[in-house]
Amino acid sequence: MSRNTWTRWLGRAGYALASALLLFVTLAPLVVAVSSSFKQREGLFSPELWPTQPTLDNYLTLFRDQPFAHNLLNSALVAIGVVGLSMLLGLMAAWALARVDFRGRGLLLLTILAASMFPQVAVLSGMFELVRVLGLYDSLGALLLADLMLTLPFTVWVLVTFTRQLPRELEEAAAMDGVGPLTLVFRIFAPLLAPAMVATGLLAFIAAWNEFLFALTFTLSTEQRTVPVAMALISAPSKFELPWGALMAASVIVTLPLLLLVLVFQRRIVSGLTQGAVKG
Amino acid sequence: MSRIELRGVQKRFGDQHVLRDIDLVIEPGEFCVFVGPSGCGKSTLLRLLAGLDEPSEGAISIAGRRVEHTPPAERDVAMVFQSYALYPHMTAYENMAFGLRYRKLAEAEIHRRVREAARMLDMENLLQRKPRDLSGGQRQRVAIGRAIVRQPSVFLFDEPLSNLDAALRVRTRVELARLHRALGSASMVYVTHDQVEAMTLADKIVLLRPAAERGELPSIAQCGHPLELYHHPANSFVAGFIGSPGMNFLPATVQAMADSGVTLRTGAQPCEARVAAAGLAAGEPVTIGIRPEHVRLGEGPGSGRVSHVEQLGEYAYVYLAGHDGPLANGVTPKGGPLAPEPALLVKTTRDDLQVGDRLAYTLPPEALHLFRQDGRAQPRLATAH
Repeated sequence: MSRNTWTRWLGRAGYALASALLLFVTLAPLVVAVSSSFKQREGLFSPELWPTQPTLDNYLTLFRDQPFAHNLLNSALVAIGVVGLSMLLGLMAAWALARVDFRGRGLLLLTILAASMFPQVAVLSGMFELVRVLGLYDSLGALLLADLMLTLPFTVWVLVTFTRQLPRELEEAAAMDGVGPLTLVFRIFAPLLAPAMVATGLLAFIAAWNEFLFALTFTLSTEQRTVPVAMALISAPSKFELPWGALMAASVIVTLPLLLLVLVFQRRIVSGLTQGAVKG
Repeated sequence: MSRIELRGVQKRFGDQHVLRDIDLVIEPGEFCVFVGPSGCGKSTLLRLLAGLDEPSEGAISIAGRRVEHTPPAERDVAMVFQSYALYPHMTAYENMAFGLRYRKLAEAEIHRRVREAARMLDMENLLQRKPRDLSGGQRQRVAIGRAIVRQPSVFLFDEPLSNLDAALRVRTRVELARLHRALGSASMVYVTHDQVEAMTLADKIVLLRPAAERGELPSIAQCGHPLELYHHPANSFVAGFIGSPGMNFLPATVQAMADSGVTLRTGAQPCEARVAAAGLAAGEPVTIGIRPEHVRLGEGPGSGRVSHVEQLGEYAYVYLAGHDGPLANGVTPKGGPLAPEPALLVKTTRDDLQVGDRLAYTLPPEALHLFRQDGRAQPRLATAH
């Protein structure tokens, strides 16, 4: 074998090894979660990958013993609401920040970026005051408001970047047609920014769907809880036992919608994040 | 009927004085072309009319109404952009109908207008296509259609042909002229850097000069009918810009003045120009200009060597060198083997000329232009044809 073939072979082996390692690290926890969720209580501590007697008990108890369906609905409402609000505010802010000349525009953009860098804990108490003053405590509205802090900065930044690439003559043509800024933003810019909006919208959805700290702090009653909090508060049949089965079942359920969304929008996410806004 | 009037318009971007002292009237139904080299502010002037920019000073009125601060949509003008600026996510039909919907027109009326425009532009079969499925020429039609359906009294075109290939450009040029006739009373204002478009389309050419050329003079170098600019350029900038290839400029000295013209000496060669003598003094250094198509070959006092021939079939461009030091096209020769030799450019239908031939030539007095030191032209008493 020549030296060339050797290096190529080594390269391939290294690539395969690295891929396998990456796949293992990312997928192993998920595999454990899926398999555990189908195990019976006694089987939980046996090491086999696939349960000998698979059961749906864990899933059934999850919905029977607590309002898990309700929590799921709450999560969906919050996530969808946050995505909607982020897109609405993000689009309008993007037009203003990308196209309208005003004093302090750069500073404002930097401030928005800085806001996304604050750790959640740092703003928690302040946000709590805000939520209470607005009378939103223990309601989903509190989460809508708080989660915007996590999603708006990057939504605005990505949309500003994409809006800057839209040809200025398009805006001038709209001015000749006599349309106002709102029509311009929602009827002309929005369709052209669709790929970027899908990508940022999905990221915002994931952020809101997974959000735990705000949801734990700003909601109290079981009916207002979102899934991450509900999961943390799942109780076991006995005091000396962790409810692994129910937890794992909940993890699988909470992962599925995200998986589905990513699969559906996969192609648009990649094109949205890499490509220019308008071709040709 | 909408007469456009600009009075004392100035436009500055920061320190740059882009447009200076614009005084201009565009009559209703006129086809007016703004032309000039890049950086002369012709597009800016169009944008001032459209309302996409506001003048720094001065008055603009359309149909007797002051419009400096009126938004574009309320000026009764429509614009065709250089890049067409079609809405990419809408079909051709929607592109044309979009603006009308915002003027609260009845759907039936919108439909009628779009159909009518599509028929005029011969694009009825393209209405359901999106811009990305259209060729450059077809996009151009949609852009023009979008302007037509608004039934404006002024059309503004910003270099509409510059993105088309040469053959299509000629065809569209003819169509635009036809469209102008068909639309009757609407005025058109058209920006181009191409003097052929300017000459062929315009009722009135507005030739603008860039800041570097004009100094303290107004931006408009000359304004008038194409043939007036061709035969009676007001200054050497206009003379050099209009006509292709450009005019030959030769340094000369005034010898004597008479009612019928001026006697000059260029190098060692005497010549006459049929221009007004008013204001000239004997011994004054001037520049004479003659278009390549007006130099007569084969006889006369001048003599030169053919240094290069460009044969175009129908006619040829001949470079005559070695006569008494004139400069072709105002090019000042510098050193080096590839530097252009001072040469007189002549357009001729003769196809028997070879590099190295010696030729006699005449500069006919009725074809000569005379420019004084500051570039201003002396009025001509005759016109060469």
